[in-house]
Formats: sequence, C-alpha cells, structure tokens
Amino acid sequence: MIDLSRVVGQSHVVVCCGSGGVGKTTTAALIAMEGAREGRKAVVVTIDPARRLADALGLEGLTNEPSKIEGDWSGELWALMLDTKATFDGLVRRYSQDPEQAERILTNTFYKNISGSLSGTQEYMATEKLYELAVEGDYDLVVVDTPPTRNALDFLEAPKRLSHFLDHRLYRVLMLPTRGIVKAVNVAAQTLVRSLAKVVGADVISDAIAFFGAFEGMEQGFKERAERVDELLVADDTAFVLVASPKSDTVIEAGYFADKLKEHGITVRGLIVNRMQPSFPSPEGAAVASTPEATRLRAATLNNSINSSALADHYTCLADARALARGEESHLTGLTERVAPAPVVRVSLQPFEVTDLGALSGLGDVVFGRNAGAR
Amino acid sequence: MDPAQFLTASGVLIVAGKGGVGKTAVTAALAVAASSIGVRTLVVEVEGKGAMAAMFDADPLGYRDAELIRAATEHADGIHGGVTARTITPDDALLDYLADHGLQRVSNRLVTSGALDLVATAVPGIRDILVLGKIKQLERSGDWDLIILDAPAAGHAITFLRSARGLADAVKVGPIHTQATDVLELLCDPQRCRVALVTLPEETPVNEVIETAYSLEDEVGVALGPVLVNGVFPILDGVAIDPEAAAASAGVSLLEGEAELLRAAAEFRVSRTALQLEQLNRMANDLPLPQVLLPYLFTSDLGRPELEGLAAAVLEGIRSLPGPRGTP
Repeated sequence: MIDLSRVVGQSHVVVCCGSGGVGKTTTAALIAMEGAREGRKAVVVTIDPARRLADALGLEGLTNEPSKIEGDWSGELWALMLDTKATFDGLVRRYSQDPEQAERILTNTFYKNISGSLSGTQEYMATEKLYELAVEGDYDLVVVDTPPTRNALDFLEAPKRLSHFLDHRLYRVLMLPTRGIVKAVNVAAQTLVRSLAKVVGADVISDAIAFFGAFEGMEQGFKERAERVDELLVADDTAFVLVASPKSDTVIEAGYFADKLKEHGITVRGLIVNRMQPSFPSPEGAAVASTPEATRLRAATLNNSINSSALADHYTCLADARALARGEESHLTGLTERVAPAPVVRVSLQPFEVTDLGALSGLGDVVFGRNAGAR
Repeated sequence: MDPAQFLTASGVLIVAGKGGVGKTAVTAALAVAASSIGVRTLVVEVEGKGAMAAMFDADPLGYRDAELIRAATEHADGIHGGVTARTITPDDALLDYLADHGLQRVSNRLVTSGALDLVATAVPGIRDILVLGKIKQLERSGDWDLIILDAPAAGHAITFLRSARGLADAVKVGPIHTQATDVLELLCDPQRCRVALVTLPEETPVNEVIETAYSLEDEVGVALGPVLVNGVFPILDGVAIDPEAAAASAGVSLLEGEAELLRAAAEFRVSRTALQLEQLNRMANDLPLPQVLLPYLFTSDLGRPELEGLAAAVLEGIRSLPGPRGTP
C-alpha cells in the first residue's frame, strides 16, 4: 500500500484542501516539515488569516515572502503568509507595459476593491503564489493551504474566472464607439449605466470604466499566466491531499471536494482525518460489553442499584467515547471508499495543542506513522 | 435571568462563529428554546446549506417562509410560539430591493448582463448590505418576536456586519447610503439587535472568539450577548474514583481487562474535560461576557430530540445568567 510519506516524497507540489476548522493549516505545515526532514527544500504557503500557522511555527507575523524556519532537519523549511493584495500588485507590475500603466491601475479605487474583495481573488492569488514558488523558485516541495471555500473548484477555476471578469462584456459594450449600427446597443447600455449610477453613485461607475481602460493590453498576459497555473495544478507531481475531521458535515464536504476534483481530472492522493476519538475496544475474546449500547445499558442498570453511581459513571464514560468513535467511523466509510486507493491517515485526538515547533514535530510523527498514534 | 425576557430583549439575534463550531445546530437550538416559551421565532439562513432543515426533517430552505415548528394553536400544551425559517440570498434581496425602488424594469438586465457582479465588485459589501437591509425590513414588519440570523461562517461574519459602516462612509448619497445608515442604526441599537458568538471550549476557537468579540464591538459597535459554548463534556463525578474501587463499593466484580478499559476511558475523559475547563476559564478572564454551556452530544445524528436537549440546556443557561442591572 502507498503511504502518505511516499505521496509527499514523490510530489513537487502538495495542495491541502478541505473545509475550515479541520486542521488544514497545521497539516500543510507538517507536510512541508516532513519534506525538510527528508532533506528537501520545502516551503509552505498559508492563507488562513487567523495566523494559526505562524503560531504553530512559533513565528509571529509571517510575510508575503518566504521566511526560513530553523529546526533540526537536514533540509530547509520556509513559510509564508499569502498577502492577496501584494501578490496582485506584483502581477499588475509584471504585466503592465510601463510603470505609468501599473501606477494608473494600482491607484484606481475599483482596482483596490477588486484586489481586496472580489470573490475568488484570494484563491487566484494563492494559485499565483504557488506558481511563483514552484516554477520560478528553487524549492523541491511547495505545500499550499487553500482558502476555506466550500467549493474546491473555486481554487481550480479562480484564474479563469478572473481573466473572464477582466474581459467583462459590459465593459466591451461601454467601450464601443458611438457610431452606426452599434449606437443602438450603446444607448441601451447607457440606460443601464444610468440606472446603476442612480443606485450606487456615478463615481463608482466612472472608476470602473477608468479601471478597464487602464487594463487595456494586459488581459493577454493574465490569460496566459492563468493557463500555465492550470497546467501546474493538473501536473503529475502535483498532489491534492484532502484534510477532514470526522464530524459528519466536514466529511460530507470532503466528499464533495473529492467529486469535484475528479470532475476536473484530479485524483485525490491522500486523505488525512484529524482529531479522531479513540474507540477503546474491548480486549480480544473478553466477555466485556463491546458496543456503545451494551455499555450504556450496563450504566443504566448500575444507576438503579445502591452504591453503584461511580461505576455507572465509568460505563457512561466508556459508552460516550465508544458512541463517538463509532459515529465518526461510520461518517468516514463512504469517503474512504471514494478516495481509494489513496492512503487514509486517521490522526487520533492529541492530548496537546499544536502551538510550537516541538508539538508540530510530534504531530508529524503521528501523521507519518512513526508513532503508535496513527492507525 | 428570565428566558422570555432574555430572548426578546432585542428583535434580532445574530448567531456568529467559525465553521465547525456547530453554529447551525446552536441556531436551531435557540429557535426551539424560544418557541418552547411562546416566542414567535423566524430563523434566517444566509448560506443555504440545508443542514438546518435536515435537523427538523424538513425540505431545504428557500426564499419563502417554511414552518419548522407549528405555533401554539395547533398544540395541546399551548405554549409553542412556532419556528419559521427561510433563506435570504443577496440576489433575491437585490431583486426585492430594485422592485421596491421602482427599478423592476431593469432588474433582469442588471442580473443577466453581469452588471450585478460589476457593482458588487465596485462596491464591496453591497451584497451583505442587501441581506441585512432585508432583515431590517422583516424586523420592522413586527411579524416576529425574535429573528435569529445564522450569520456567514468564519471571518466573513465580521466583514458581513462591518459592511454597513463601510458603505455608509463610502457611498455618501443615494438609496445605498440610506440603506447602510438604516442597517447601521439597527446593528448599533442593543434594544433591536445583539450578536451571540458560538465557540468550542478549545484553544483556537477560544482565541478566535475573543478576537471576533473585540473587533465586532470596536468596528461595528454591535451589542454582544453571552458566548454560547458548544460541545462541553458533561461532568461525570464518579470517574474520579478508580473503577476497581467503584466496583467494590457497588458489590460487583469486574471482568478481565475491564478495569483497564474503564480506567483508560476515564483518564481520557478527565484530561479532555480539564483542557476544556482551562479554556473556559481563560475565556472568562479575557472576555467579560457570560457563557452559556451546551453539552457535547455523543451521537452522530442531530434531529429533533437532540435539539430539544440542547434547547433545554440553552434555557437552563439563560436562567442562571445574572439579570439586568439592579436586579439580583
């Protein structure tokens, strides 16, 4: 069976996807750390604004450029925090024909709004940063944490979506000459613009028009870049790893991610399920109650007898733990089948919180099977 | 504090919290609790996921009202205020808004031409303000004693609530300005609106809830209700006693391997409970808001019986809250 270390060892790029709150950022960090432990030069890109990775790495204030993390590994570990706007600014500078064009765009109000808030911009810039590091940098392994979007395709389709936006139909209509046959079209467009201006104000519209005007000539560069990013995402040595927790809603979302990736021609190469409850199985061949129901029944019986409440609490406690573990395992059944033959790593709930390098390294041992904690 | 007084202290209660903390279940439990003491409740979802409806065994919610719990007249015990639920999506809210402003004629073209995307980009927060504007309209209608809004997850909750202030500043005149100002008035009036934050008794969720609480207070100016802490392990006093001693006092003999098993489960529970307690104490120190604790549910299904259990915990938590100033 292929294990997760092999998947990571054979990959140049690892993309961690999953819903929010499943330990995706921490998982991305420890995959990169594993690369460094194997002697590779690894970098991890985090997107989470809660700065959790910075916490886990014991680093305050990571920036948009990689910083080196020192530790006892033979390779190198670098980390950065994606700054969507700075990355976008860099892209504008790269594709503008001259510094004046770049300046006109960067100071435009509409651009400032796009680079900060257009849905999909964060996903787009994450892929852009990934491309920059993987293709233009000299890293052996680039690990990227994805934004907590519901739809895996937001990440995959963001580059195309943005270039489509820049190619906006409305803008084309607005910019048409006011002569001949197109005049009628233009009059209709003007009516629409006037209605819009009534609602949002004329400034907003003129900013938008100025933005598209300033962008003239740069669309091609953006489009080609988007296509190359897309090629990188579907490359053989790019591995998508699903991260989930065993709660039913996150498992459902992970299944949805897996399906969407498949539609896009991408195979899930690994599934990491964090925070699994221990199941406290009864010893082989023992006559001890083994199901949560039998255990709970025992507690109920004891609760009705004299002086038995402490023992009843013990059975309740065992029944609770078992019910939880069984529920989690049943949530996972369909998902593990769906991602097969990708390795599935179940990481049991740790007795510590990952707030420093030592803890991260300990968790790495669990995830990569150097410790009994992984089953 | 009296639950009825508490639950109707403001007409709108916004439930916010990061993904994975059980925000939707808590929202549903609050609604069940409110209905059970006769409060007419409307639940509004802004990210239609269908999870809420499934808890009530109902069809996925839509833009129209759906009855999840029927009001008192149809109930023998005669106390149910009823729970109604619906979604409000920005697109639907926009169409309503345009119709209300005499722009119905262009509304379809605005949507199909993609102009809407353009506007939403040009004016960040416009989608959020349309949704909040619609909620304000529902609040003014007086049809409900309580409107519970299941806010967007994660960091988006802050952006969502901040949109009113941002837009009121950015757009100086016109209907959007008016809308933003009205919404801001609603958000900043503790008689009309409060935010209840949901979290888990774990390190990261606690950090995040503290951060969110302060930024909501500073940047939005909205009143904060108690923090709803989901997934708190019920205390099992008996597990402090070693299982062999517990068995001896019960006059029961344990089977082979049973003591070890019970001991291991007890140790795990005790250490997780201690971690939870540590986080609850830290939160109490860093965030001066009362806490309402909701029990961990050791089941994988979340349906009406589980919601009733959570609702009972909500009511109990509210009863033990200190009353308004001047009352004991």
